[in-house]
Amino acid sequence: MPQYGVLIFSPAPADPMAISQEYIDRLETYPAQVEQLGGKAVTGFALQPSTTATSIRGDVVTDGPFIEAKEVVAGFFVLEAPSLEVAIEIAKLNPATIEGGVEVRPLFEPPA
Amino acid sequence: MSERDTVERAVADAHRREWAFVLAATARVARDLDLAEECVQEAYLAALDAWARDGVPTKPGAWLTATAKRKALDVLRRQQVLRAKMPLLVEPEEVVTDSPDPDAVPDDRLRLVFTCCHPALAPEARVALTLRLVCGVATPDIARAFLVTEPTMAARVTRAKKKIAAARIPYRVPEASELPERLDAVLTVVHLLFTTGHTAPSGAGLVRVDLVERALHLARVLHGLMPDEPEVRGLLALLLLTDARRATRVDADGRLVLLEHQDRSAWDQAAIGEGARLAVEAFRTGRVGRYALQAAIAALHATAGSYAATDWPQIVRLYDQLLAAWPSPVVALNRAIAVSMADGPEAGLAALDALADDGRLAGYHYLPATRADLLRRLGRREEAAREYRAALVLVDNDTEREFLEGRLGEVVDSGAGRSSYG
Repeated sequence: MPQYGVLIFSPAPADPMAISQEYIDRLETYPAQVEQLGGKAVTGFALQPSTTATSIRGDVVTDGPFIEAKEVVAGFFVLEAPSLEVAIEIAKLNPATIEGGVEVRPLFEPPA
Repeated sequence: MSERDTVERAVADAHRREWAFVLAATARVARDLDLAEECVQEAYLAALDAWARDGVPTKPGAWLTATAKRKALDVLRRQQVLRAKMPLLVEPEEVVTDSPDPDAVPDDRLRLVFTCCHPALAPEARVALTLRLVCGVATPDIARAFLVTEPTMAARVTRAKKKIAAARIPYRVPEASELPERLDAVLTVVHLLFTTGHTAPSGAGLVRVDLVERALHLARVLHGLMPDEPEVRGLLALLLLTDARRATRVDADGRLVLLEHQDRSAWDQAAIGEGARLAVEAFRTGRVGRYALQAAIAALHATAGSYAATDWPQIVRLYDQLLAAWPSPVVALNRAIAVSMADGPEAGLAALDALADDGRLAGYHYLPATRADLLRRLGRREEAAREYRAALVLVDNDTEREFLEGRLGEVVDSGAGRSSYG
């Protein structure tokens, strides 16, 4: 099955300890929804708030996320889904879409 | 003086001298900067009563450290379960050597300094953390020094401390291979502190003595801890040589006095002597960096008999070296001024033209102010007036603004009633 990286974006600083009750409730039912739609979350991680991020561009080290924006990466997971359509359906249900959003990108597989 | 006064003075003295030492040692036990800070504050409070009762100890720093560490250990025992889930200060394992002196406390100040000035922290946070943790300055005072509100400064300090814990910035002195870069970050903080105090970016007075003195103190502490680092020597030399002129930079009415017109007999000769000696020592190591080069330039100014008698060609050569070591448009601007003294205002203007094209100095009031001065020296009054006006739009310090307004008045007045053809 194809694999997709699902990048989760939330309003900065995206503190996982500060998510809303609605978010938490939807997060609880999410794994079941993923399976129901025919997908499988392979692995996933939430990140600490973007205030703890450090970025390196060239040889310059700076405090903060790589791109200064209203929304920042809050976490990511690897999703197995039969097609992009299914992956998008699954992504639409992700609680991050309440306030922020998600990006779905197929994982790269080196050509044989 | 009453008993109480003696004790209060001893505690205040220990705060000024030993704060960083006590906090740095306590942080190693507490493994958390917030907790360490709290325990050190409590130790200083406890000292007021204990020293009044038992007398001031022979080693106040060791007493305070032992007390603060004990408080930290108490908290740790109570919070064992909770802390198992908390991100702790990362400290590399090392062999503990037995010390023959039971009162000896390992000097961890360098760990503290390097942690506060870590490149993964925002530059303004590094300065704030250094003042708070290394110098023991209270947050409201730091806020006042940098003209931000107290909640803003408190948030900045808290956020930086959180990042140190959450991102696991290690509590250690960098290894030799990474030292030059990391040391540069530390020296930049001290230098920034000094320049912010030396010419306050905005507001009424030209100098903020408290910041200047904190910076000098920090430079001295660093030099004591790393006596063989040429750039540490260079920075201390630079600060001493620059600050030696403090009393003469404004007149009795608080108006700006340029280097050219300063009363050289009122310069602090002891500071100049010490600074010049340190600069020479830094040069002897053969590893000359930007601070030693700036110190050498400051030493040539400080030891010249007069502005005109200054060794300007030598200063231009040092600026050439400095530009190579530190390609900054501000250095190039200062080099242009030296060129104008060595080879005349026209040569200086030509050097400035190259800079104006660069664009990085747009918004920097010293660029039009310098151009104005060179044009004034060439008698090109209308052009000079235009540049003074441009500088006035950009300047924020009241003392500097008053000076520029005075100069503008001069070129406009003396030009009035005459046709000026250049």
